Amino acid sequence: MNIEVQGPKRMFSLIGEDGDIIFSISESIVTGWIVILIIFVVCLVLTRNLQKVPTTKRQCAAEYIVKTVNNMVSANMGSDSMAYAPYIAALFAYILLGSLISMLGFRSITADINVTGTLAVMTFVLITRSKIKAHGVGGYFKQFINPLNIISEVATPLSMALRLFGNIAGGMCITMILYAALGSASSAIYNLIGIQAETYYFNIFQIGIPAVLSVYFDLFSGAIQSYVFIMLTMIYIQMGRE
Amino acid sequence: MENEALLNAQAIVLAGQAIGAGLAMIAGIGPGIGEGYAVGKTIETIGRQPEIKSSVTSTMFIGCAVAETTGIYGLFVGIMLLFANPFLKHLG
Repeated sequence: MNIEVQGPKRMFSLIGEDGDIIFSISESIVTGWIVILIIFVVCLVLTRNLQKVPTTKRQCAAEYIVKTVNNMVSANMGSDSMAYAPYIAALFAYILLGSLISMLGFRSITADINVTGTLAVMTFVLITRSKIKAHGVGGYFKQFINPLNIISEVATPLSMALRLFGNIAGGMCITMILYAALGSASSAIYNLIGIQAETYYFNIFQIGIPAVLSVYFDLFSGAIQSYVFIMLTMIYIQMGRE
Repeated sequence: MENEALLNAQAIVLAGQAIGAGLAMIAGIGPGIGEGYAVGKTIETIGRQPEIKSSVTSTMFIGCAVAETTGIYGLFVGIMLLFANPFLKHLG
């Protein structure tokens, strides 16, 4: 039996004269834009004709989301850095929906190391910015007198990227292995009761059983890892200031 | 004859990859012990002070997710060895 784990597909590619691929758009980018579109439509619907005193459930939901994010940011970074709140909310929505979109049959965008690496580099830029703002350029480079600090400086974005990628991609691979195992189990059962394997049948064990693992690997893992990612972003930015 | 030697070499590489993937999952021991300890301490704390349950639980989840990182690295290496076959191309 052959199990193959595939990376994101190339959706469109620009092929040069000598047959080389100059530029290609991967599946993650397309799915990422679908996620962005979903977030955009949700925001648009939630914020339509706002009133001073909320009268609709829609506005209450929007206010609840904004208030939760603001409380989280002010509890972790102090109330003077509310400018980070929109970034944190956008990051959370993007990672959460990007992980949960595998429920709709797309490939999770966070199961692509390019996406998580980009997000981690964005966080790294913010951390470095807050460090330079607090200590000045000279103070920032003074910490590299001890060369071990270079490793810890690089390890932060690397571990953030690999943590998110490893959780989602690992869950995807385990689900794939489980599907293959259940498929062989059901074809073994069909062989046992004497139905020819060549005739069409559906894999009876694949009904329901993968959902149990999917609750952990897709729902729980995706939600917890997106929460952890924004929490670590806030904590590292706050630590960079001190 | 040469073809047979190549096949033997491929078999050795594949066996090594399978053994390596198994060994990489030893990394699961550390996070298992660490997370179990963290959760146990959290439950102790909640038993002593039930009123701070929500903040302790969310802190615990962050700690668990950070402690899980090393295990995830092991899983990542194991999956790479099983599905990406990184060493087969060195046979030439």
